[in-house]
Amino acid sequence: MFKVTINGLETEIEKGATVLEAAEKVGIYIPTLCHHPDLSTFGGCRVCMVDTDGKIVTACRAPVADGMVVKTDTEEVRQVRLSNVELILASHNEDCQNCTRNNSCRLQEVSAFVGINQERMSRIRRSVEPVKEDDSNPFFHRDFTRCIQCGICIRTCEEINGVAAIHFAFRGFHTKVSVLGDKPIKDSKCESCGECVVRCPTGALYLTRPETPEREVESVCTYCGVGCGIKIGVRGDRVVKVDGNRDNEVNRGDLCVKGRYGFDFINHPERLKTPLIKKDGIFVEASWDEALDFIADKMSDIKAKHGADALGGISSARCSNEENYLFQKLFRAMGTNNVDHCARL
Amino acid sequence: MIQKFDAVEKEALESLEKEQNNDIPQIYVGCATCGNATGAQSVVQTIKNKLEREGVKAEIKEVGCIGMCFAEVLVDVIKPGRPRISYQDVTAEKAEEIIDSYIINDDHRPDLALGFFGEGGPEDVERIDTGDVFKNQQRVILKNCGVIDPENINEYIARGGYRGLAEALEMKQEGIIGVLKDSGLRGRGGAGFPAGRKWESCLKPQADQKYVICNADEGDPGAFMDRSVLEGDPHSVIEGMIIAGYTIGSSKGYFYVRAEYPLAIKRLRKAIAQAKEKNLLGENILGTGFDFDLEIFQGAGAFVCGESTALVMSIEGNRGWPKPLPRPRTTEEGLWGKPTLLNNVKTFSVVPQILSKGANWFRSIGTEGSPGTAVFALTGKINRSGLIEVPMGIELKKIIYEVGGGILDDRKFKAVQTGGPSGGCLPDDKLHLSVDFDTLVEAGSMMGSGGMVVIDETTCMVDVARYFLDFTFEESCGQCVPCRQGTQQMLEVLNDICEGRGREGDIEHLIELGESIIKGSICGLGQTAPNPVLSTIQYFQDEYEAHIKDHSCPALVCKNLIVYHIDEEKCTACGRCRKACPVEAISGEKKVPHKIDQELCTKCGICFQECPERFSAVERLTGKENLAAAARGRLTDV
Repeated sequence: MFKVTINGLETEIEKGATVLEAAEKVGIYIPTLCHHPDLSTFGGCRVCMVDTDGKIVTACRAPVADGMVVKTDTEEVRQVRLSNVELILASHNEDCQNCTRNNSCRLQEVSAFVGINQERMSRIRRSVEPVKEDDSNPFFHRDFTRCIQCGICIRTCEEINGVAAIHFAFRGFHTKVSVLGDKPIKDSKCESCGECVVRCPTGALYLTRPETPEREVESVCTYCGVGCGIKIGVRGDRVVKVDGNRDNEVNRGDLCVKGRYGFDFINHPERLKTPLIKKDGIFVEASWDEALDFIADKMSDIKAKHGADALGGISSARCSNEENYLFQKLFRAMGTNNVDHCARL
Repeated sequence: MIQKFDAVEKEALESLEKEQNNDIPQIYVGCATCGNATGAQSVVQTIKNKLEREGVKAEIKEVGCIGMCFAEVLVDVIKPGRPRISYQDVTAEKAEEIIDSYIINDDHRPDLALGFFGEGGPEDVERIDTGDVFKNQQRVILKNCGVIDPENINEYIARGGYRGLAEALEMKQEGIIGVLKDSGLRGRGGAGFPAGRKWESCLKPQADQKYVICNADEGDPGAFMDRSVLEGDPHSVIEGMIIAGYTIGSSKGYFYVRAEYPLAIKRLRKAIAQAKEKNLLGENILGTGFDFDLEIFQGAGAFVCGESTALVMSIEGNRGWPKPLPRPRTTEEGLWGKPTLLNNVKTFSVVPQILSKGANWFRSIGTEGSPGTAVFALTGKINRSGLIEVPMGIELKKIIYEVGGGILDDRKFKAVQTGGPSGGCLPDDKLHLSVDFDTLVEAGSMMGSGGMVVIDETTCMVDVARYFLDFTFEESCGQCVPCRQGTQQMLEVLNDICEGRGREGDIEHLIELGESIIKGSICGLGQTAPNPVLSTIQYFQDEYEAHIKDHSCPALVCKNLIVYHIDEEKCTACGRCRKACPVEAISGEKKVPHKIDQELCTKCGICFQECPERFSAVERLTGKENLAAAARGRLTDV
């Protein structure tokens, strides 16, 4: 264990920890923009700079040393942080009212902390690159005027989802997050899982239908057998949002495109809520008991007339492994091996 | 193994003797990129044709750059038993004249000659090697440039080449590092890190593979030292890399050369093949069991890839981004995660000589803290621009006024810029400073890899700062905020100042920004990018103030701050300016003094150039009052 002193507060922390982690341990806030606990460190935003033993370093990358003395609020630290945030704001869309992340924006939080003020900002030459928004994805849009090039989306795509659909393209001031060939994101290998949107610290990646829920209901995603934990955001009797449940051991907050964005069917007027049985050429609502009896009768008939191999069952990927196991058992008990699964087709 | 090398050397000398006939005239043509750009290739062709037509026998050699760029195309002639005579500014016609007059007849044509090398030259021609250009120079790294045929390995061997390697192969690794440490050699890439220590830290780690990389990604504006070495003496660099490979225990080396250097790449390829043929490179070098291979990797043109970690990323096929600190040293975890030794072209090229001549020899040149020589690409408003090599410790003054021959057109010296976009500008009261790694840094500039741009009174210092900032702005990789956004911000402010939109407080704003960028940036590019601005503010703050407060550009450079005006008293109505004006902004008739319509004028400056010097009627005015008067169309009232 290393002994570290941060702003006079002593703490012990294991070797290999970063200064940022040590500060978190003693409850000292260090502003960050490109850091995310789920991801590898980047060190590009330079707003987490602190003074360690008289040297200015990035807290997110610097490893602690035994006996290290960290100061997070020297004149020099304040100046470098303030200057960096001012520079980010210089080319950031300043229309916060029309941003979905207004009031939940990390850049706003950090700006307030470092003490952005109008007098100083009046010296800054503003220039926002007029890059057209990418609205090709039905679930989220990309607003480049709000992007701060923190690279969190890029690392998320690569490290969380393993897709690596996006990366930095171009150079210097013209750097932007892009897909291969700088095409719209719908033409890339992006799977629309939305993990990047969840982690974007600003409104650069925003939901096309942003609605703030009134309450959250914990549940399990029904799309497949994995059983990801979800938090369903509800407003009135409508589902307006689905988030991954970070406390769930199965998925630790991660979701795929279906689980995250495929909730339209819940409130859809055409949603089937009961089984339907065709009577005289017309589908008629029925109870589950009725439907199961109907199927059992039909299958017994077929087996009696044509033998068990005239029967076959196709199971669903929405079922769990256990359910699929039982399904094939059922058919084998009926005397046939004709069993298949949608994932195999 | 020394015997093995002796045999190689003997064979080289023998074949050289066979190849070369010293009984006939030798003709050297400077055919580096600089020479070729001024027409060296057509001169070579003309000479060949002419010799054939006349039936005269002579050897033609395409050599590298000897450094006298101001005199290109250079053709040197050595007649048997005579000293080497250099002819300057040679064109195809002049080449024919030289052959007629000097080679066929015996008139050495003092009117075309630049001078001669060595002793016993004609009296009506200057001696060059003891003259101003060379007397202050000491050619160590450039000793073969412009002297040998870079495409002939035998010539390199004949001048002591590869003996350093042979001797190194007899030594223990620690011994070689000991010599390098004793020599005090510091890396020539710009930072001046002690080479011996770097090699040592690469020898220590145990690894199944290590790499040697030569950084030839020379990218500073106005710098061409490394290119000249690669084009003029490629074997010296190859030899240095083989020695490095042997020393640290590496079997594989890379040349990271920018793709914009096609001639250097071509010559390197040829040199590598020749060295392999002679068993000086490849498997089982000189029978020692030591294998070393070299590969050329072409850089795609990003300046930041000259930074060691970005360069490694680039070879690995990644985006050329520097790795932020803290990170493992490249010597411990470099290319593909293996220990990697990365040095500049000039560092490798001087190593063989240090090993064959000894550490003390190297220490005898230069200063205590910076032994050896410095190679500079001397450019700008100077009489003799070119590639020079001077001992460390020489005064800036000597370089500019003696080697470089002073300022063009006898104008007034204003500043000298060293270190490229990472360096700074030094004014005339710093000209007594000596050139070495530490002194220049103290004065607010740096050695850098060797660019030296001389600036005279006709250059605006704010504009110079803007030029360099524009470069770093374009070349910033975009990884960290201070460099990506900060260079852009500084550039915007400088653009505003140069275009008359400067504001009170901008100078302080620039200084504050600069300091934050230096402290906050990830790599050397960002950490030094503000230097050109900060050093010009330090020494030429009055020029910034004039731009901001009075909208005046004292050097009369910034277009938005000057107006062209014809002095009616001086104008003789000759009509030259009127005819030359591309936008027909000048009106006037015979005997009627001409006038410039300020609304039409695009400030191209052609009228100013056209007006005969004896009249000097076209003048440039600057400052708020003049600009306002011009805007009102009543400039003559001022």
